[in-house]
Amino acid sequence: MDATYAYLVQLLPAAAGWPPWLVVALIAALPALACFTFMSLGPLVYVYAERKISAFMQDRLGPMRVGPYGLLQTAADTVKLLFKEAIFPKGVDRRLFVIAPVLVNVGAFMPFVVIPWGARLQPADLNVGVFYVVAIASLSTVGLIMAGWASNNKYSLFGAMRSAAQIVSYEIPAVMILLVPVMIVGSLSLHDITEAQAGGLQSWFLFRYFPLMPVAFVVFFVAGLAETNRAPFDIPEAESELVAGFHTEYSGFFFAMFFMAEYTEMFVLSAVASVLFLGGYLAPVPALQQIGPVTIGSLSIGPVATGWLWLWLKAWSLVFVMMWLRWTLPRSRVDQLMYIAWKVLLPIALVLVAVVGFFVLQPATAGGFPWDRWVGWPLAALLVAFLFFVMVRALQWNRRRAQELAAQVTP
Amino acid sequence: MRQWLADVWEGFFTVLVGMRITWRHLFTSPVTLQYPSVKWPLPPRSRMRLFMKYEDCIGCGQCVRACPVNCISLKAEKRPADAPPIWAANGQPIKLHVAVFDIDMSLCCYCNLCTYPCPTDCIYMTPEYEFATSDITQHLYRFAKKDAVFLTEDPKKKAAAPGAAAPPPAPQTPPAKPAGA
Amino acid sequence: MPSETTAREAGRGEGGPVDPAWPGQPEAVGTSDWDQDGLDTDEMIVNMGPQHPATHGVLRVELRTDGEVVRAARPHIGYLHRCFEKHCENVDYPGVMPYTDRMDYVAAMGNTLGFALTVEKLSGIEVSPYVQTIRVVMAELQRIASHAVAVGTYTMDIGAFTPFLHLLRDREKILDLFEWTCGARLLYNYNWVGGVSHDLPDGFVRATRDLLREFDSVTFPELLDLIIHNRIFVRRLSHVGVCRPELAISYDLTGPNLRGSGPARDLRKDAPYSGYETYDFDVCVGKGQYGPLGSCFDRNWVRTVEMRESSKILHQALDRLEKMERTDVHEKVPKRVKPPKGEIYFRTEAPRGQLGYYLVSDGNVNPYRVKVKSPCFTAMSVFHHLAKGMMIADVIALIGSLDIVLGEIDR
Repeated sequence: MDATYAYLVQLLPAAAGWPPWLVVALIAALPALACFTFMSLGPLVYVYAERKISAFMQDRLGPMRVGPYGLLQTAADTVKLLFKEAIFPKGVDRRLFVIAPVLVNVGAFMPFVVIPWGARLQPADLNVGVFYVVAIASLSTVGLIMAGWASNNKYSLFGAMRSAAQIVSYEIPAVMILLVPVMIVGSLSLHDITEAQAGGLQSWFLFRYFPLMPVAFVVFFVAGLAETNRAPFDIPEAESELVAGFHTEYSGFFFAMFFMAEYTEMFVLSAVASVLFLGGYLAPVPALQQIGPVTIGSLSIGPVATGWLWLWLKAWSLVFVMMWLRWTLPRSRVDQLMYIAWKVLLPIALVLVAVVGFFVLQPATAGGFPWDRWVGWPLAALLVAFLFFVMVRALQWNRRRAQELAAQVTP
Repeated sequence: MRQWLADVWEGFFTVLVGMRITWRHLFTSPVTLQYPSVKWPLPPRSRMRLFMKYEDCIGCGQCVRACPVNCISLKAEKRPADAPPIWAANGQPIKLHVAVFDIDMSLCCYCNLCTYPCPTDCIYMTPEYEFATSDITQHLYRFAKKDAVFLTEDPKKKAAAPGAAAPPPAPQTPPAKPAGA
Repeated sequence: MPSETTAREAGRGEGGPVDPAWPGQPEAVGTSDWDQDGLDTDEMIVNMGPQHPATHGVLRVELRTDGEVVRAARPHIGYLHRCFEKHCENVDYPGVMPYTDRMDYVAAMGNTLGFALTVEKLSGIEVSPYVQTIRVVMAELQRIASHAVAVGTYTMDIGAFTPFLHLLRDREKILDLFEWTCGARLLYNYNWVGGVSHDLPDGFVRATRDLLREFDSVTFPELLDLIIHNRIFVRRLSHVGVCRPELAISYDLTGPNLRGSGPARDLRKDAPYSGYETYDFDVCVGKGQYGPLGSCFDRNWVRTVEMRESSKILHQALDRLEKMERTDVHEKVPKRVKPPKGEIYFRTEAPRGQLGYYLVSDGNVNPYRVKVKSPCFTAMSVFHHLAKGMMIADVIALIGSLDIVLGEIDR
């Protein structure tokens, strides 16, 4: 906040004399607006990316006609949705019907306030950062149930209830796993968690405590997938099921809002996972953190911080993995979904919290038992060797099989 | 407990196997042919729009009888006694005047059964498939022409005669427009 | 969107008689003949309407459910009835061929083959080995294409969208072969009484071998890895819709539906036609490898491996085609098809089961009566039995595993 105040005074020297409430309002509004503008342009790109990626995975082309290579497709879809009539079915509770998408979007966009895009590039560095993210993201669950109820359609209500049950069940392992980096760092602030991973690729939490943290990351990722209703957990919005979910009765702009919320939640989850496990805005090699100064002739482009680019890349690759999973896997049935949450993810999460907590508390060095040196790296080296061995065998087997097949088919 | 671990591992592993396949497919070339800008040639035996060469029709009605959906209507009258003799391209004399020969392509089921019984091979299916219209009556193709130019010499005799010209060429793909809708 | 009828809305009064002067007429479509007054208070009548993405055609399924669990299921067919058997009385035998194509439009070669063989049997026509081999090649290619659609759409119903497109890409290549040979992609009118309509074009054997090579080495293994052995897919299907062998036999299931429950009955082995006795292939049965024998997974498994068996048969047939002497394919086609007076019932193994034609001829050029025994019709008859006690999401898995095509059920 101080940095924003200084910047504001720099821009408008007269602002130093303004009443405090105006200054505070401006300081709050400017980053929020910047954040919201950038983040709401996100879904435009994600939807296009999803359509193109799914198309290439399925050996087809995806949108090609609207704009070069279909780049304007999402814009065209948005315009179409905006112009569509927003139908209010008979008997809906109008106020709740309208508020529901708003709540879902609030739950989706608010976590961006605490995500650090750089060492000082964070709208608000709350010292309860992680807790805030979890709390505010739960608002979208309320919006979801509201949508199901207000639709006056028993199948929407069914779908909303199932969806709410799914989200609530997967919150628990997700939050348990969130505790693991928090325990290692000792602070809930996302900025502190990122700074604790400074020093290059090997100090990212994903690569510490070797087999435990990657498992924690996977558990968090899977739980997050279920929270955002993405495949393979997209039973609530499955197109080929009997009910089409909580947003059946929504059309036009409201549907666009639900869509936008879903993609934004995906990005939020990826961003939070990147911050917690992949080092946030830190570059894999510390030297790359700041690019600069580059002199071209007499022009000198001064040092440019690249933190935002790294976080963006990491979040994007996780978003890509989510899309990849969606187009690979079939859907889980509701009871199987619950089984995974309660009987697979939760036990693993509890065990992880216990084990990591135990090692963090060891007094050997300041950061706990040097797991990495004595256990982590040796295990990782063994695994790499094993994978290499497996790959060599697989290649040999493949070659032999290809020969067999070629021999079977007469030329 | 062991079963549980095996289940979890198998679940995780099969997911990775599947992901590997879709990752590979991300880089294979797509098989889409973008239709209006790219039109690929159809094989020559393609059964699309029907065409009838009026100058070769002898009015026998075999195609009408063969059609399972009755999409061909034929009305043939005896030619006047004093009309000059005319022949089809394969040498068969034309004894009837075909007043009406309509094919309703909106009824046609594209089975190709009408082309086989034709003695002069004047009716055949062409690879022409882009004839969609917004008015269904335009799918009624009237092939009877008022100003048809028939062969007035027996082509078989003409070919056998010394110094005869080359036999007439085989039927080509017809023009895109129907013969008067 | 599928419509829903609650117990109150679908009351008897809504439909009513269509024509007051017609005694004993059926009730109008849209009502339910279940006694609504006798419903328990928490039971609902749910309609999976004729328009539904997962019912494989225009099929209306009425479910009486208690929450998620189905208590009774009733399919309503007839939305695609086109009076096939009446048409047959008014056209001559070659004219009936295009009509038979249109019954099971996904596997048209099988239908025309069945009818051609029926009339040939009655008339005493025997075709040359060359024509028989061509017929086998076309039938097996069609079997691969039909099972590709069946397995592809089934995985799409379960939620995995990608295998559908991969399988359809290969099906397109098969349809290209068909188009090259006879000019049509879906409804071929290829098998005639006494022969086939077109001889194979030059290069057909090589093109088919290329297709099969790619199918055997790439598409089929990928299908197994991507979806068939995928844990989520397996868990969704392996305990659902279990049809014991005795039940399958008592409901007269045939084809993959029967073989999925265990009995190895295949007409190509039990009552061979068109030279099938000279080919070396195995009958694929369900193995119950992931659950009880006769589950939806087993039926799907039978269809998957049958594609590979068809490929085996095709390799043998193509080898023979290269060495065989080519005869005129129209040699035995009679100028006028006029079977002697009599009746015959002949059955073939269509991709969906046992397709039977009961033909009554009175010596004229038009058949007197053609009655078709449709395998999907009998498969649908077991639906109400298996659907009891399932969850709604599994009903869709069950319908897909029976692999119905409404064109054949309704004719």
